[in-house]
Amino acid sequence: MINLKFFFKGFLCIKRFDSPAIALSASFIAIGALLKNLGFTLQESIFSTLLTYAQPGSLVMAESMFVGASLINIFLAVWLVNARLYPMTVSLMPLIKDKSQPRWKYYLSCHFVAVSSWLIVKDNYHKINRKNRTDFWIGIGTSTWLVAIISTLIGFVSADYLNKNMMIGLAVINPIYFMCAMISAMNNKTISSAIILGAVLGPGLHLISSQWSILLGGILAGTIAFFIGEINDN
Amino acid sequence: MTTKIILVILITSLATYISRFFGVFTSEKINEKSRIYRWFNCLAYSTLAALISRMLLFPSGDLSETTLLLRVIIILISISIFYLTKRNLVYPTIFSAIIMAALIN
Repeated sequence: MINLKFFFKGFLCIKRFDSPAIALSASFIAIGALLKNLGFTLQESIFSTLLTYAQPGSLVMAESMFVGASLINIFLAVWLVNARLYPMTVSLMPLIKDKSQPRWKYYLSCHFVAVSSWLIVKDNYHKINRKNRTDFWIGIGTSTWLVAIISTLIGFVSADYLNKNMMIGLAVINPIYFMCAMISAMNNKTISSAIILGAVLGPGLHLISSQWSILLGGILAGTIAFFIGEINDN
Repeated sequence: MTTKIILVILITSLATYISRFFGVFTSEKINEKSRIYRWFNCLAYSTLAALISRMLLFPSGDLSETTLLLRVIIILISISIFYLTKRNLVYPTIFSAIIMAALIN
């Protein structure tokens, strides 16, 4: 059902020195501590990371609960901040799918799509035969997901020992790591324009609408970058 | 477990999973060499960049208690360390947390 050799090959990608494990772990330790302070039990916190596995979404959930938002509002806010997972999934699946693999694997493993696993697989998929890429991806997804779950547990347990400054230190690790990872990914004109324009338009549109800024900024920046790429190639 | 919290967790995970689900659904007919694929690839990088840069410039949570100036200084130092260490991802990340802790008070 799953080729274990390639599953573990993917699973162990997290061990590399510059893997996103550190950033992923820091952000979910912060989530674990935050959920404890919000009144979640340990089981609820673990359950939350297990089912959601997207840090910005969990943060929005926590903040919405804190201000007493309605369920509809929580749904909308989380959907808007996590909508990036849609283009991320579309731009991943065609690279790993193979006719020999059953469809359920894609619908199940798409739960693992998050910035860390996505960057790892985008960097490494070409080294694996197409036939084995799905299992390789499931391995990457499983290990990053486990790191998030274990970190939530660590954060929950150590919440009482984490002071404000440590929480702020933890909070900066994740965006700084991924900012540098994004700069690393800028290896052609199209992707570089997408990243630079996104980084400018996202916060830019935040001044107009905070909820819609990522989605609208992303669509606008990505579309302009696409046309820059097409004109450049022709 | 309280019902309210469970409900919130389920709503949050549903709101997250639908984007992933429709991602797989949409990609079923998409070839990696097609134009539409290239567009989605641009959208993926640009929305990620939009999110990360918003997290640093207009953060929510604990980071929002720091000043914008401090965060911009940390961004610039981190990018410098990133290039000085031959594009290493770990050093700027660790240094950013240390510098943040040192400059915060």
